[in-house]
Amino acid sequence: MKLLAWIRSVAAKFFRRSQVADEMEAELRSHLLLRADDLERSGLDRAEAERRARIEFGGYERYREESHEALGGNFLETFVQDLRFSLRMLRKSPGFAIAAVLTLALAIGANAVVFSVMNALILRQANVPQADSLYAIERGRDKAINHSYPDYLDLRDRNRSFDGLAAYNVAAVGLDTGDNPSGAWIFEVTGNYFDVLRVQPYLGRYFHGSDEGGPNSAPYIVLTYAFWHSHFQDDRGVVGRTVRLNKHPFIILGVAPPEFKGTLTFLFPDFWVPIVNQEQVEGLNVLNQRGNRGILMVFGHLKAGVTRVQAISDLNSIGAWLEKTYPKDDGRMNFYLTRPGLAGDWLGGPMQGFLTGLMLLAGLILLAACANLGSLFAARAADRSREVALRLALGSSRRRILRQVFTEAVLISLVGGSVGISASVFLLHGLSVWRPLSGVDLHVPVNPDAKVYLVALALALASGFLFGAVPVRQILRTNPYEVVKSGSTAKIGRRISVRDLLLVVQIALCAVLVTSSMVAVRGLWRSLHSNFGFEPRNAMLVGTNLFMAGYGGDQVPAMQKRMIDAVEAVPGVESVGLVDRPPLYYGANATNIYTDKTADPRPSNAAFEAVVYNITPGYFDAAQTRLLAGRTLSWHDDKNSPRVALINREFAGKIFGSVTSAMGGYFKRLDGTRIQVVGVVEDGKYGSLTENPQPAMFLSILQQSPSNGTVLVVRSKRDPQQLAAALTSTLRNLDAGLPADIQTWNQELDGALLASRMATVSLGVLGMMGAMLSITGIFGMAAYSVSKRLRELGIRVALGAQRKEVLQAALGRAVKLLAFGSAAGLVLGILASRVLASIVYQATPRDPLVLAGVVLVMLLLGLVATWIPAQRALSVDPMMLLREE
Amino acid sequence: MTDQAQLLPGTLDLLILRAVSLGPLHGYGVLLRIGQISGNALLIEQGALYPGLFRLVRQGLLKASWGTSENNRRAKFYELTTAGRKRLREETDSWNRLATAIGSALAPQPEEV
Repeated sequence: MKLLAWIRSVAAKFFRRSQVADEMEAELRSHLLLRADDLERSGLDRAEAERRARIEFGGYERYREESHEALGGNFLETFVQDLRFSLRMLRKSPGFAIAAVLTLALAIGANAVVFSVMNALILRQANVPQADSLYAIERGRDKAINHSYPDYLDLRDRNRSFDGLAAYNVAAVGLDTGDNPSGAWIFEVTGNYFDVLRVQPYLGRYFHGSDEGGPNSAPYIVLTYAFWHSHFQDDRGVVGRTVRLNKHPFIILGVAPPEFKGTLTFLFPDFWVPIVNQEQVEGLNVLNQRGNRGILMVFGHLKAGVTRVQAISDLNSIGAWLEKTYPKDDGRMNFYLTRPGLAGDWLGGPMQGFLTGLMLLAGLILLAACANLGSLFAARAADRSREVALRLALGSSRRRILRQVFTEAVLISLVGGSVGISASVFLLHGLSVWRPLSGVDLHVPVNPDAKVYLVALALALASGFLFGAVPVRQILRTNPYEVVKSGSTAKIGRRISVRDLLLVVQIALCAVLVTSSMVAVRGLWRSLHSNFGFEPRNAMLVGTNLFMAGYGGDQVPAMQKRMIDAVEAVPGVESVGLVDRPPLYYGANATNIYTDKTADPRPSNAAFEAVVYNITPGYFDAAQTRLLAGRTLSWHDDKNSPRVALINREFAGKIFGSVTSAMGGYFKRLDGTRIQVVGVVEDGKYGSLTENPQPAMFLSILQQSPSNGTVLVVRSKRDPQQLAAALTSTLRNLDAGLPADIQTWNQELDGALLASRMATVSLGVLGMMGAMLSITGIFGMAAYSVSKRLRELGIRVALGAQRKEVLQAALGRAVKLLAFGSAAGLVLGILASRVLASIVYQATPRDPLVLAGVVLVMLLLGLVATWIPAQRALSVDPMMLLREE
Repeated sequence: MTDQAQLLPGTLDLLILRAVSLGPLHGYGVLLRIGQISGNALLIEQGALYPGLFRLVRQGLLKASWGTSENNRRAKFYELTTAGRKRLREETDSWNRLATAIGSALAPQPEEV
């Protein structure tokens, strides 16, 4: 058949709908008249003839409907009809419509939010050309993303799989543009960085590999568009200007386009600086140390036609060569590829796990919502059985009725979906502009894109069909004769109905959500009250960077001592200690430890890795870390005396067996220095709150090469704000050009707690949504069963039933289902919570408080949800009811 | 009446085409013509004719126009289009092949005798 003709006929039929319908009616009527004429001729009177003609014709409505369908153009028309009818039905029961739309809006909204976070952080690729072929290289068993610069050079020059490999590092610097020196976050990058990423400058030019010529040879800066906009007011004249970076002159070469902000999803640099100038930027140059894996990330585009597997085997052959050539520095060197956006599996792994878990929970919410709506629909279908029966009796087909039911379901799901997605867009916008940590320009760029809308739409449609399908069996089974004959009094089945099952499923799902959110909240509470190995209360951290202020070499320890002395003199200060980097500050520095018997220290025969802190004698006092044995450091443990260390209990157990046997013992570091243990302190948290006990050692800062980071721990009971002011003026008296970042230790811990906080908040929200859904579900079911049985309850009351018995008759079933669902959900929730334990510190479901909490919450929910139906059942007036019938 | 045969699914369209091939007819006329040419051996509910007619019009096998019946009633008359004529030929051939095959398969075989 000709498509065009068909389309025309459909369109014509649709627009001339009434004309076509009229014509068809006329034709059918003419048939009846012609037949009646014939019958009349055969001797019947006219009235009888017409009656016979109609009987012989068969189901008039049915054939009219079928003819209509055969005429084409029926789909749209039927659809519009159904739509109108559905809207009319929904207008007639606004309570049902609003409840259904809100339920779905909640569920779709939750899914849209979680999916768009997942989309933004995991699925979305870096904003550079050909992002599909861009990979970062991971190393070793732990899939570490960091590398050493010499290893990077070997990988870059020896591989045959990449179109160039670039590397970068994140650093903080002090920038002086002439008037107001301020801190900035930068990426130190290799010369080929921009060329490897194939991005073009917005203004001026980029630096290239050819600009590199040894340490400090390329004092250039490329600005991000945002930084150019905020700090240089879009001044096109900045190209060629000289600014001072940590007091060293650097030339601004150009500005990157607005859409290019580096390849990290959550951290945008202010500008880029060549990594060969590391000494000027960070104060020390480690680019020649093969064992120092200080390069954050190495990445590049795979060559066209090279697969990931080929690239990995290529890299691994270089790795084997590295292991053989540099056994002292390079331990196990096997490689993997990952996406560059999330700093590899270090961050990407747990995040992916958590988001997948969250997505699953959001999916459960949607399922619970569908179960909820499904039972609402089933109840509605039961109420409408009379209408359905009437339509069937009048010749409507079951298919047609089902179509209408589905139209209604999809209509609700689409309206609910759009409300949900609009709400989630607001929420996501809030998240996108949110900066979770003060001091670090951390981003959560989660604005939804087309993919999110598409997924939300698909979910809405799918759930519409899912809950729309619940009453199908009920409608197919309707026997018009029976229903019309016996009226709408529903039989009160003792069987388990689909509705009961749905309610149990829904309550179980909600109980899972409630359980997991309580487990998470409890875990966070515990992690906030656990022993960190230091006492963050009543302590201030003063972070400075002496290199930024121009100190170097031996000036550093001298200045550090002066700072400590000055701060100790501030009134109210109890003790002051200095550490190069406080515990729980964005990861920890770790180093290989060797037993004293190891003759040849190299990575492959290390005993274990220990976290290392360089401290001054006052640190343990200021941090309130408990000394278990031995002595703390003293100012005499300097360059001229034997190397000493304090170790934690875990370290002592690992290498010496016990705390007492550790005292006076020796161990070695990679460079072969022997270090004597003079004391043992308690274990603490170093890298993250969720870590297992880690071995840690504390070295005298006087016996180490001058350290870049200088953080004073100041213990005082004074008001933090007053103290901060006093500290600022004290430090300004020492050196007005010293940038200092003063905050309480608890504020500083926000960073370490961010992950569990966010996890807890999101789980808490999902748990609350689950609770709300279970309330509406139980309420719907209880209210429905009470309204269906009002007459029976009236009779019971009339016959002298007591309140208890009435309640039991009205709500016994709902309560039983609730108890059953909650129990199932609790068990499932406990099983599911094992997954949580990996993200939320100390999240254990085997906690009596959690179990009791869940039971209590579910009880409360049940009470709240059945309160109104119970009141209604109790206020039954038998006289009224019996009179009505 | 009682020994009328049920229509095989799909054969109504063929019968309509055949009835109309003998000259333009209105719906009721089609019914009478089918009864006439089949010797009233087929049971067709009258209303069932119309969905079939409309379907054939939509497929372009029939064309319809309003006219006046022999006893002065307004009625819609159907006639075959070229495509309809071609379809009738094809369907007739394929029906005959089918009928022959089924007939010979059901006929008493020599070994059964």
